Amino acid sequence: MRLWLIIIAAGLATYGIRLSVLVFVHHSALPPPMRIALRFVTPAVLAAIILPAVVYTGGNGAFDLGAANPRVFAAIAAAVIAYATKSVWATIGAGMTVLWLLQWAL
Amino acid sequence: MLRRRPKPVDQPIDVRPTDDFDARAEFAAGVRAQLPILLGVTPFGLAYGAYAVKSGLSSALAQAMSSIVFGGASQFVAVRLIADGIPGAVIVLAVLLVNLRHMLYSASLAPHTDRLPARWRWLLAYLLTDEAYATAIVRYRRADASPHKHWFAFGSGLALWVCWQISTALGVIVGTAVPDSWSLDFALPLTFLAILMPQLRDRAAVGAATVAALVAVAGFRWPYATGLLTAMLLGMLAGVIIAHWSPPPIDTDAPDARGVAEPA
Repeated sequence: MRLWLIIIAAGLATYGIRLSVLVFVHHSALPPPMRIALRFVTPAVLAAIILPAVVYTGGNGAFDLGAANPRVFAAIAAAVIAYATKSVWATIGAGMTVLWLLQWAL
Repeated sequence: MLRRRPKPVDQPIDVRPTDDFDARAEFAAGVRAQLPILLGVTPFGLAYGAYAVKSGLSSALAQAMSSIVFGGASQFVAVRLIADGIPGAVIVLAVLLVNLRHMLYSASLAPHTDRLPARWRWLLAYLLTDEAYATAIVRYRRADASPHKHWFAFGSGLALWVCWQISTALGVIVGTAVPDSWSLDFALPLTFLAILMPQLRDRAAVGAATVAALVAVAGFRWPYATGLLTAMLLGMLAGVIIAHWSPPPIDTDAPDARGVAEPA
């Protein structure tokens, strides 16, 4: 029962965070510098999730930015394809293919 | 560079299903936008479900957490702290800290959902995750005037939610069915890469992304995703500073000048 209460409280806290500006506080009440900064939420969060997933192998593994880390090369190939095609599936296809080939070859 | 946002119209936009096809098409497009992400989320959900029961949580509690909290990384943290016998208040605070960045998503989406009825904003907030935000914001910033973009956000959020519940259940029941050697987890950063690249159109966006990426790597082992949160805040700060000192982009007069430029 105690654990259920903890999970419900954690869920309410999380929901409160997500509701914050969508429901509780109107965005026009935010200070103008913050509203300018919000333009950069998207590039910042995407890049901040991508790079650690590339250089820390296995998601939670060791830092590896060397020639033995196939994810570095897979990510570079995927970035080129993403830039050229703007296609999500082409990007995944390129990235996973390079990753699998290098994993198989190394 | 920023134009003053038009004042919200007092009258809420009509979201009754008068234009079924358009709403349905937006919903379907939202689901489709989420599909490549699901490829990477599924093994994550399996891993969570397996980890939760292995750590001593009941199947019901493990499953319930996926719908009550609905936040992957924070659920892993909660499971570990529960297994370690940490006091409940600390667990709640840790989850709150891990998910604090969602406030930035809430603030980023809010100008686009101004005129939606409250029930829609409560619904979209419940579904607001990294993955749902990344897909929805791209749709919202596209310049077309579709009155049904919230259906896209709902479709993409719901697709993720359903996938998360099912993969949690499978993880609880059968364990981590996908071998690590498949590296399917890599599909998530690849999808985000495909979303990110077209956004790097001006120096400020590139600067924000670069700073955020480097800080995230440096702070990867900081507890409770504080490295990720710090990376986002410093990246945003870098973007603001660069935008302040560099000439405005050419498309300042585009209807979508408020956001990072988006391909049509």
